[in-house]
This record gives sequence, C-alpha cells and structure tokens, in this order.
Amino acid sequence: MTAKLSNAQIAWRAAQDIADGAYVNLGIGFPEMVAKFQPPGRQAVFHTENGVLGFGEAPAPGTEDWDLINAGKKAITLKPGAAFFHHADSFAMVRGGHLDVAILGAYQVAETGDLANWSTGPKGVPAVGGAMDLVHGAKRVAVLTDHVTKDGKPKLVEKCTLPLTGVGCVTRVYTSLAVVDIEDGHFVLREKVAGLSFDDLQAVTGAKLHLGGPVADIDVPEV
Amino acid sequence: MDKRIATLAEAVADIPDGATVMIGGFGGSGAPIELIHALIDRFLATGSPKDLTVINNNAGNGHVGIAALIEQGMVRKMVCSFPRSADPRVFTDKYLAGQIELELVPQGTLAERIRAGGAGIPAFFTPTSFGTDLAKGKPVQEFEGRSYVMERWLKADFTLIKAELGDHYGNLTYRMAARNFSPIMAMAGAKTIVQVTRAVEPGGIEPENVITPGIFVDAIVEVPAPAQEEALNRADTHYPEVQA
Repeated sequence: MTAKLSNAQIAWRAAQDIADGAYVNLGIGFPEMVAKFQPPGRQAVFHTENGVLGFGEAPAPGTEDWDLINAGKKAITLKPGAAFFHHADSFAMVRGGHLDVAILGAYQVAETGDLANWSTGPKGVPAVGGAMDLVHGAKRVAVLTDHVTKDGKPKLVEKCTLPLTGVGCVTRVYTSLAVVDIEDGHFVLREKVAGLSFDDLQAVTGAKLHLGGPVADIDVPEV
Repeated sequence: MDKRIATLAEAVADIPDGATVMIGGFGGSGAPIELIHALIDRFLATGSPKDLTVINNNAGNGHVGIAALIEQGMVRKMVCSFPRSADPRVFTDKYLAGQIELELVPQGTLAERIRAGGAGIPAFFTPTSFGTDLAKGKPVQEFEGRSYVMERWLKADFTLIKAELGDHYGNLTYRMAARNFSPIMAMAGAKTIVQVTRAVEPGGIEPENVITPGIFVDAIVEVPAPAQEEALNRADTHYPEVQA
C-alpha cells in the first residue's frame, strides 16, 4: 500500500501553486492550512468573506478582539496593508473575478468541474454560507480533498450525486493521491504519489483519468 | 437636525408585529446586542413585537441576541445564509419542530439582494447558485455564454445595526470587521436605527472617514461599551437572565 498524503501535505502541495501577491480565499477548515505553507519569499493576500483583506495568523489566546474575525468566526490578526470593507464589496471581489485563487473542500468533484461541498442531503438544518459564491469568479477554483471517502468510495466522479454547490467551476483538485486538472470535461492527471501505478489510481477514481503529458511524482516533504 | 434618541426603549418602540427587520452583524462581530435586547424587553412587557421576519447572515448563537429573540418566540421567519453556529440549538430546535421558517440564501446573494434593495434595483442576475437546489424556480438567463440566476432585492421595514461613531446627522463609522452587513442594511431599511458606541458632534467624523452617510440613518442611540456576543456566550449568558 502506497502512503497517501496527509491533509497538511495536500495543503503544502496546493500552497506551492500560489504566486507571490496573489489574492486568495481559503475555505473554512482544511483549506485554511494552506496559509502556513507559503514558500519562502512569497506572500499571498488572504481574503475572508466577512470583509477583510490581508489578515494574518490567529492571535494569542486571551488577546482576541471579537470584532476582528474571519468567515469561520475565528479571531484573526491583521498584516500591514490590510483593508476592511462591507459584505457586498466582499462578494464583488469574489464574483467579479478579482480573486486569483479560491481553495475549497469537497464531498464530490465531477469530471465536468461540478462541485458538491455544502450539503450531504435533506436532513437537519441546511446551511450554505459563501460556498456557492466562492466557486464563481476566482480565476482558479481549486479543491483539497482525500481521494476517497472514509468508506473508500471515490470522491472524483463522473457526476455528483450530492447536492451541487456549483456547475463546471473547479479547475484543479489536490487529493491525498494525486494532482488532477479539469479540462474540457475531463480529469487530466498531472501528478501522483510515488509508487502508485496509474491503474491503481484509476481503480479508486470514479471517472476516467486522462493523460495530458508526463505524470510527475508529487514531491512533498514531511510537514 | 438631530437623530439622537435618548433610550434604547424609545429607539425600538415603533417596530410592529409582523415587521421585517434586518439585523447587522456576522456572528457576534457587529451584532447590535443592546438594540435586540431592548426589543425583547418590549416584547416581555407588552407582548409585541412578534411574528418578525429577521434578516441576518446567521440564526443566532447561544441564548443572547438573535438567538434570544428566537427563543422568546418573536421570530416567524429567518432569512440567512448559515443558520449554524457554535451553539445553534435555539434555532435548530424550533426549525426541526416546524415553529420557524427558513429562507436559505447564499451569502453573497444575500449581501447583493440587500444592496439592491437599498439601491432601488428590484432584481439582478448572478452566477451564484446556478444549477443548484437553491436556484429552483428562479428565472435563468444566459449572458455572453454563461448562465445566471435572477434574484430579487431585499428590503426591510426596520434595520438595527451597531456602529462605532455616529454624529447627529447619522453619519457612521464602524469598528474593524464589525462593518460586514451594516452599511448595506442601513441602505435597505425603511427606518434604520443605530446603536453607536460613541455619539459625536457634527464634524466629529472627518467627511472622508464616513462609511455610512447619514441619509441612510433615521435614529441613533448611544450605547457605550456595548456587549460582545462572543464574550456573552463564553460566559454562558442567557437573556433575559435565567432565575436560579
């Protein structure tokens, strides 16, 4: 059995594709880890939906200011050059094509770029937040996810069976086993973990993997 | 002109049963706790207002602010994007019991509907929610090869918000990320009532620092050192206080 990447390693890999000065929105939870793996010499400007650009790490416990939070309602700090704005401006940044990258979690991603990440079905209280907005407008919409579900089912599929967040919106998927681009309605394999054969990867992928050139090993340090 | 009102009770005295009320804040940041609690005080004393439609990003947390409003049974319907929080039990229990309605709106669509309401734009097209369950029944139109969903403006009879500085004309500034929905809700409310942490004389806010111009504001009431919802919840506060 080939070792799969940890969540931190998936986040590390995604961070390598973020350019210096990029405007970036990281989804709540797992994607937030991307911030701490920025390569030396690069600094992205992080956007959070409630109205902050240019926030930094969490403050030390006991020093929180609860007027200064992120979309996950966690306390944050500001970097020099930060800005506040109201909610309509914040989502104008999102939908208006001003963000360079949005990085989200996923329940399922389809080869067409459809994403399901907000609802697992009709039970309980539905809640969507900004998920449906974030998938539209950013120049790149990337997903971080385990390659399969907890019970081993593919998360990369031909067609999502869970309620959709957006149609044809995802451009790249970073999984625990591979880096896959979505191009013209196909999954195109770019990188996979060392030692994993194409056939074994295809066996745990719910749609056909295409080749668009050489496939590299994912080069990720222990993090 | 002087939009100052002396007490919280006077500030919320005119909100009738059945009103649609926008309430500022994203989670606890910017939540006008004292205005909300003044509304609860009035309800406990008079039985009114009730059957409210409340518009906020969330649906309350713990047992203070909007959660307390819901807990008292004053809210008929919530319009929000994310009715979950660290402690969403008050809303969740009423929703699952069929005692409160929910209109779930994507967060950016919620903001833009409010902005449109304040700007006199009855409808607009957005890519958000196209092809999803939340677009069902809504008109769709293609522009330049892409599909967009038509959304309607959102307006309110009353808007309750918290600001940092406010002058007699109702010009406002906000503290950090507490700004969130407040400037657009101020525009979209037929009557906008603001609790300000510090009331200042006209000229006390540099014109270039005004975030919400006073034309969008009807009343301000000074509440120095306002409560922070997060701090109240960390202290397990209930409003009104539970008698031991």
